[in-house]
Amino acid sequence: MIEIGGFTALYIFMLSAFTGYEVISRVPVILHTPMMSGSNFIHGIVLVGAIVVMAGAQTVLEQAIGFIAVALSAGNAVGGYVATVRMLEMFNPKDKKGEA
Amino acid sequence: MDIFIQVVYFVAAVLFILGLKKMSSPVTATGGIVWAGIGMVAASLVAFFEPHVLDHIDNLVLIIIAIGVGAAAAYISAKRVQMTDMPQMIAIYNGMGGGAAAAIAAVALVKKASGTEIPGHELSGSIQILAVIGALIGAISFSGSAIAFAKLQGLMKKTIRLPMHMIINLGLFVLTLIAGAIIGFSDDVSIQLVLLFFIMALVFGVLFTTPIGGADMPVVISLFNALTGLAVAFEGFVLGNAAMIIAGTVVGSAGTLLTQLMAKAMNRPISNILFASFGSDGGDAAEEDIEGSMKEVQGTDAAIMMAYAEKVIIVPGYGMAVAQAQHKVSELTKLLEARGVKVMFAIHPVAGRMPGHMNVLLAEAGIDYDKILDLDEVNPEFPTADVALVIGANDVVNPVARSNPESPIYGMPILDADMAKNCIVIKRGKGSGFSGIENHLFYADNTRMLYGDGQKAVGELISGIKEM
Repeated sequence: MIEIGGFTALYIFMLSAFTGYEVISRVPVILHTPMMSGSNFIHGIVLVGAIVVMAGAQTVLEQAIGFIAVALSAGNAVGGYVATVRMLEMFNPKDKKGEA
Repeated sequence: MDIFIQVVYFVAAVLFILGLKKMSSPVTATGGIVWAGIGMVAASLVAFFEPHVLDHIDNLVLIIIAIGVGAAAAYISAKRVQMTDMPQMIAIYNGMGGGAAAAIAAVALVKKASGTEIPGHELSGSIQILAVIGALIGAISFSGSAIAFAKLQGLMKKTIRLPMHMIINLGLFVLTLIAGAIIGFSDDVSIQLVLLFFIMALVFGVLFTTPIGGADMPVVISLFNALTGLAVAFEGFVLGNAAMIIAGTVVGSAGTLLTQLMAKAMNRPISNILFASFGSDGGDAAEEDIEGSMKEVQGTDAAIMMAYAEKVIIVPGYGMAVAQAQHKVSELTKLLEARGVKVMFAIHPVAGRMPGHMNVLLAEAGIDYDKILDLDEVNPEFPTADVALVIGANDVVNPVARSNPESPIYGMPILDADMAKNCIVIKRGKGSGFSGIENHLFYADNTRMLYGDGQKAVGELISGIKEM
């Protein structure tokens, strides 16, 4: 397990914040909704944390909350992915053969 | 093994950022989400090999069941939902992420209260404070997103405002902060206080969202998206997980930018959207006298106007989404183009319930995105257009935003549909729009009203053109 302490954490935080801002600032308006859905999918990474926490649960209460955490985060990841793919498929040129 | 886990997390973080980057162009966007998806699957799989995760077989079984339940529910709902209902689905999936982040913090705090800890992750000092902040943000995002979902889904029609709503909200928020501070700084965490803290945070999320009108929901959903990202990042600090920190922070800042862009498109400060419900301060302006009257037109007459036009600009709004009229609109476009009419689409940044909502629907109906123009691109086109066809849009074409400083929407950039030689407005009834503001465009001399549900009205236009 690597230690992410104090200022290292702050540096990661700062650089990630700039990265997110820069990456999104070039997205055209037509992709804003899929984009929001896509970024929504990416914070589904909370699933990783939920698995770790649930695994360490010792009491019934902790198991119950952990179960909720895992189920919700799995929903976030899967729902976010499917919704994004469905939206992006509509921009796929191959779906528009009939029109051309 | 530990190095392997860290390498996978690192690669996942890189894939998330590259995936987002690829999503910034329609050509590579599908590849982008697939890359991010690969990162997600890899990161989730190696999470099982973190220290202590495989220790308790009963917990492991519960994890698998929980993933199955959550994933199946989300998969089925995401597959079945209509494209028009996508915004509220994004809201609900986003809320789930916020709830998960809050629940992670809850487990950590419950353990702290009973004198134990998540194996390998001691909760103290600044980490403990971050856990509490993440819990607060995540819980607000969870309950707030649920309300946003209920509003857009039509489960909650009214905008609920308690007497002294602002003061109650502020008071509740301060109390929640105090409870959070006590928990965050204490070595001896009280489980009752933790419970109270979470209840207050959840209630605050509800009260925060209920007074905000449906028209402003995109901004709110975007804000909650950013908040969930932040909550995930903070819980990432708690668990020492760099992938969570990076992914959460990237989403947090990206969502913040998106929120700003949307608020800017409405020309209203974010604080105004969040803390003043739309229309409630504009009652006086709405009552002023309007010159002229609404003039009705039949579908066949409107069809003739369009068929003999040289240039037609279609302005879709939420009404098109509700009526599922995008396929009919696409059919109409092809008919007009077959007659040599130049057709283009004008999309206001906040048309519909999300930025880009209209673009997704038009793309679904097979309309080429080259024909879909932004506000700045399309406004110079209106004066030379023969017909502007407004389908279920209202506030975004209201000329009052240019002319009347008293109006609550004054200063908002609008689509200049009133500048077209003729304007046809498809509208369900005579009432005013979502904001409750009268639309002067509907009373203009060159405007004709075509009453009816969007799909039916466009259908009339299509059959009108076909009969020619």
